[in-house]
Amino acid sequence: MMISQRSNVMIRVVLPQHLRTLAGVGREVTLDVAGPVTQRAVLDAVEARYPMLRGTIRDQVTQQRRPLVRFFACQEDISQEPPDAPVPEAVVSGKEPFFIIGAIAGG
Amino acid sequence: MSGVRVLVGTRKGAFVLTSDGKRENWDVAGPFFGGWEIYHVKGSPVDPDRLYASQSSSWFGQLIQRSNDGGKTWQPAGNKFVYDGVPGTHQWYDGTPHPWEFKRVWHLEPSLTDPDVVYAGVEDAALFRSADGGQTWQELSGLRGHGTGPHWSPGAGGMCLHTILLDPINPERIYIAISAAGAFRTDDGGKTWQPINRGLYSKYIPDPTAEVGHCVHRIAMHASRPDVLFMQKHWDVMRSDDAGANWREVSGDLPTDFGFVIDVHAHEPETVYVVPIKSDSEHYPLDGKLRVYRSRTGGNQWEPLSSGLPQQDCYVNVLRDAMAVDALDPCGVYFGTTGGQVYGSADAGDHWTPLVRDLPAVVSVEVQTL
Repeated sequence: MMISQRSNVMIRVVLPQHLRTLAGVGREVTLDVAGPVTQRAVLDAVEARYPMLRGTIRDQVTQQRRPLVRFFACQEDISQEPPDAPVPEAVVSGKEPFFIIGAIAGG
Repeated sequence: MSGVRVLVGTRKGAFVLTSDGKRENWDVAGPFFGGWEIYHVKGSPVDPDRLYASQSSSWFGQLIQRSNDGGKTWQPAGNKFVYDGVPGTHQWYDGTPHPWEFKRVWHLEPSLTDPDVVYAGVEDAALFRSADGGQTWQELSGLRGHGTGPHWSPGAGGMCLHTILLDPINPERIYIAISAAGAFRTDDGGKTWQPINRGLYSKYIPDPTAEVGHCVHRIAMHASRPDVLFMQKHWDVMRSDDAGANWREVSGDLPTDFGFVIDVHAHEPETVYVVPIKSDSEHYPLDGKLRVYRSRTGGNQWEPLSSGLPQQDCYVNVLRDAMAVDALDPCGVYFGTTGGQVYGSADAGDHWTPLVRDLPAVVSVEVQTL
């Protein structure tokens, strides 16, 4: 729980190609996230910095993750974690990035 | 009139094709938004440099893009489409109630008088309006709420509002069409709506003459005569001379009256174009021959136009938003195929040439006369 009490940490976020193009950024962005550092807090920070990404990762009204978007961290799929659960310590410390992935689907 | 700009939406991006008034040599720009489905791109009639594009994907949802320089550069606009109030339910394919869920924007229709006003036809069927250049969107919920909404059901492509016709004479009048609910009209700027499907006969629904439930594929009008409408229904080509109050079939001597597109010559209100497709279970032209059919009599008498179009082994489709005309003289006619070709005719359909051959599947074609 100590992790969740931290504030203003720098989080690395890796975006999928289409969202990089849309936001006009490279593969990885660094965001100042106010604690507690949860999935929701990371996504709030992404959308605050890059408002053109609103609605592309999660629904703008329900805040539900889009069905073909996944969140990975530390070699694990954390997509099903509750949005207010803390993200792994390695993400909070900046050692590992928070990956936003477009599912491998379609042709 | 110095030239023509053709706006092409495809399954994998948008393309902008430009030519001078001769319409012989074409410059191809794009892809814009590569890898995304571009259902529609359309320019403002009062500011041709203002374009709107519907960009979507199964992964990342819906975006609206806006250009202020004729498509050279684009900026994301607002993409928050929220149904007004409690959305309620419509019928699902199996007849059970299904909640209204926003999926994508099929069609964007800029205002005839204000470049910042634009309408969006969406799936699940609803009409939205923006008065700030696409930054924010408000539903014209009188359409869904007028009474028959719970009985609407999706066509094979989804329950989409795909046609928006703004009356150039009466600014309060708008026509829309939904697959598979039918056609509707408002006479008060979108507050209230009425179904306008009398005369349609659809043998694939339980009551073939029902007030709603018809799979209308496309409606077209001539700007000088907005009370006269032409419709390509799932099957049947139809005509109304009283603003949709009554329809009569004008399929006449067409070899098949299934199809998606329909459009009207820019200078001849009785000259109409369709692309007959073999059937609803075989979405390709008859006999492998791609032919546009033209009626110069407002329907019933049709002539095939095939010069320059493939006349063997052609099995593409032409989707509902993929035909448009320019305003030059002679009138130019354009259409795109699911095989990635965009064909154009600079002589009202007598002769055709491919403007470009190998794009992704074409979803929509619009033309600006510059």
